This record gives sequence, structure tokens and C-alpha cells, in this order.
Amino acid sequence: MRDVAVIGMGLTPFGELWDTSLRDLFAIACADCLEDAGVARDQVQSAYIGCMTSGLFVGQEHLASVLCDYAGLRGLAATRVESACASGGAAFRAAYLEVASGASDFVLAGGVEKMNDGADATYCLATAADQEYEAYNGVTFPGLYAMIAKAHMAKHGTTPQQLAAVAVKNHRNGAKNPKAQFPLEISEKTVLGAVRVAEPLGLFDCSPVTDGAACVLLAPVEFARKLGKPVVKIIGSGHATDAIALHDRKDPSTIPVVALAAQRAFKQSGLTIRDIDFAEVHDCFTIAEIVCTEELGIFEPGQGGPAAAAGKTARDGEFPVNTSGGLKSKGHPVGATGIAQICELYAQLTGNAGGRQLKNPRRGLAQNMGGSGGSCTVHILEVEQ
Amino acid sequence: MISPRYHREKPQRYRLEAGKCTKCGEIHFPPRKVCRKCFAREFETVELPRRGKVVTCTTVWIPPAEFDDQKPYVNAIVELENGVRLTVMISEAPPDEVDIGTEVEIVFRRLQHGPAWEVIRYGYKARVIAG
Ligand SMILES: [Zn+2]
Repeated sequence: MRDVAVIGMGLTPFGELWDTSLRDLFAIACADCLEDAGVARDQVQSAYIGCMTSGLFVGQEHLASVLCDYAGLRGLAATRVESACASGGAAFRAAYLEVASGASDFVLAGGVEKMNDGADATYCLATAADQEYEAYNGVTFPGLYAMIAKAHMAKHGTTPQQLAAVAVKNHRNGAKNPKAQFPLEISEKTVLGAVRVAEPLGLFDCSPVTDGAACVLLAPVEFARKLGKPVVKIIGSGHATDAIALHDRKDPSTIPVVALAAQRAFKQSGLTIRDIDFAEVHDCFTIAEIVCTEELGIFEPGQGGPAAAAGKTARDGEFPVNTSGGLKSKGHPVGATGIAQICELYAQLTGNAGGRQLKNPRRGLAQNMGGSGGSCTVHILEVEQ
Repeated sequence: MISPRYHREKPQRYRLEAGKCTKCGEIHFPPRKVCRKCFAREFETVELPRRGKVVTCTTVWIPPAEFDDQKPYVNAIVELENGVRLTVMISEAPPDEVDIGTEVEIVFRRLQHGPAWEVIRYGYKARVIAG
């Protein structure tokens, strides 16, 4: 395998974009990405595009064809990748492996979701759970994470205030992100007093329903070194699946697929979590960020809640998490999220993160998760010094 | 939901039929074609016990449309007496009577209302065991 770099990114604004269609979202992110990379369209050899459920959200499948055509890339070898909310991360990994293998030099990794188009989002998202043995019995996605939260609270004493600290922190970061859906600071009182969705989670414990697209372009690292820009290398890629149903896993206060994917990414890079400076973590719900920071080894089991409340994951904390605002504030267009996380790592590592820029970060980690923990990807990016 | 898909799952939803691996004894609910533990492919049909305890739970306030008439309702993961776990809706109990450790029994109930032209969807729920 040869070394691979990210050489450009494109990201649409995230939000309720009623005037922009699925295909147009992708076309904007893709064109922005190629422009940023400075690579001509005829140099691109293939694309992997993450999308969870365009069939349910907008009635359109066969995305590789429609998206590439409308992005001005008719003829491109392209594949749509689906792994629920981890579709973007899985697409990124496929693109990475294609360049690493030497089969192609320039491969686009994209993600898109158009969630505001009239469909019942609660129903569409519940398809990431076991349709016959979870959703059939009335469980929703917030319901699954609420059961994880309840178990975590019982086992470790995690509190609603600690969950709220995640939302408050991510909104504080998102307020500095011009692409965020809800770039607004919120108070703990707002989170705790919000309308209930699934106990113990309220509306402000949940990521929003979002339209958006994201793309990055990958190339061999030797090419990236000729561009005169900071060189951002992919040094670890981990991917894992687990049982789809939460009840089929031993301990509902944990999400073991995250630790498994992380272990694979760390093994490839020869690093541990102590070598990482910051992370984008899959905070589809506040409890998810707490559990994932534990599964990644940033904190010990049970310490994710106290750490969030103590400000350890803030931008100026010991391990910044979700400087982009996370899924919570930036928004969560499910298929695009995994690529948008990579965009944040790339922006931070190249010094282009604006008002939320960290001071000279060297390595960032992106963790993207499907369903209640049925799949996960972890990627580690490093900027060459 | 089309009726073949519904009818296919009836042995599980109506009678809690599970598949017990004849080689290693692992019980799978729903039944599978390949044992997750030993990779064997032969099973005998067994029925699950009806009693168990709540492992974790939640009160759902914002359900998908087919469950709207039942909100708010409690969903729980229940561990049955033989260790098999199921996701269930709790029947006939206010949310504050259900917590981790609450003892329940599985009962047969109507689960959801689809459109009028579709099959009525039945299956298992769990009921709190009094006292
Ligand atoms: Zn077996």
C-alpha cells in the first residue's frame, strides 16, 4: 500500500435547504472540492459516494449515475456506498483503499443526504435499526440512544447535566462554523428544559434533520507534496461491523464497534489515542459523544460524562472534540456526515478552520458510526511537519 | 407492510419460536441459518420463556406515524429467563412503573396501525408482573 493524502475539500452549507435538490447539493460540494484541489475533472478516475437512504427521503436510487452526471462527471466510475449514518466514512475508506492500492491516482470521496423533502424522517432513520425486531416494536433512533443513556446512567452515574454539557459545548463550537445548521450558543437550561423526545433525551440532546453534501479528493502523497500546500496524510483507517440490534449486544451502556474500528486504525498507524490532538466524534445524540469518547480511549469507561462537564473536550480543553460543532450544531445529513468530519480534520490540519482553529494540531481522528453501533469507521489524518 | 413479509415472521411474533443450535446449544431469536457461536447449520425449534427483567428502557414521546395513537409508550430491552434479549413495548403500564430490573411477562398484543388496506400487525409486548 502507498501513502495517500487529502488534497482538497468541498462542503455545502448544512441546513433545511428547500431550494436545493439532492443532485444539486452533491454537484456544489463536488465542484468546490475539485476547485479547492486544483485538479481538472478529467483527471478524476473514480468516486465513492456515501448516502444512507435517498430512496426513502426523496425517492431516488441509482445515485452514482445521477450525481456524477449533474456534477459534470458523466462517464466516471462511481459507486454509492451505504452503511446507515456511517455511509460517508465507508465511502472515504473505499476511496482511500483504491488510491493506496495503486489502482487509481485521483479518487473522490463524497457524501450527501437530502432529508427535508417531505418524508417522515423518524421512519426513514429507523431503517438503520433492525426493521423486524426493533422498529416493528416501536423503537425509534432517539429511543435506542435513550436506552443506551439510561444504561450508562445506571452503570456510571452519568447525569442529564453531563449530557447537556455536550450539547452546550458543540453549539459553542458550531457558532464559529459558517456552514453549521444551528450556529447558535445555547444554555444548559435550554437543553434540560427542551421538549422530551425519548427519556432521558430531549430535543437538544438530538442532532437535527439536515440537508447537505461534502466531498474530499484523495491522491498519492507524492503528488500532494508538489502542490505547495500542507500535506495531510491518511495514516490509519479502521472499519468494523457489529450486530444491528442493540439487544443483541452484551452491554447497552457500551458501543463496542467503535473500539474495534479504532483498534484497527491505531494498529495501522502504530499510534495510540495519546498521539492524537483532536477528534470529530459521531455525536448523533449527546450520549453518543460521551460513550464514543470512552470507546476511543480518550477517557476511561464512565468518565466521558464528567470529562464533558469539566470542559476537557472543549476547544481549549485537553482533548478537543467536535470543533466543527459536531452533528449536534453543524447538522447531520446522514450520508454526508462521515465526509464532513474529514473536511473538519483537513481544515484544522491545514490551518483553515477560521474562528474555531486549534493551535498547530498535528493529528486528528474522525469516528463515524452507523445505527445504534452496528457499524463504524475510524480515520486518522496527520499533517506533514 | 406486504403480507408475505408479515406471515414469514409469525412463528416468532405469535409464539416466540427460537432456533437452538443442535451442536452447541446457542439459542437464536429470531432463528438463523448459521450459528453465530459455532458456525453450525442445524437447529431445533424451541419456544422462549415468557418471563424476564428489564435491562434498559425509555419513554418514547415522538414515535413514527404507525405508533402515534399509543404515545407516550415505554420501549424496553428485556432479558428472558434463559438469557435471550428482546426489544419490546411495555403494555398496560404508566412509564413511571417501569425501570431497570422491573419484572415483566411477554404477552400477545396488537402492535401498530398501518393503512386500512394492510394487514393488522400483531406481536409480543411485555406486561409488568404485579407485586
Ligand atoms: Zn452452535
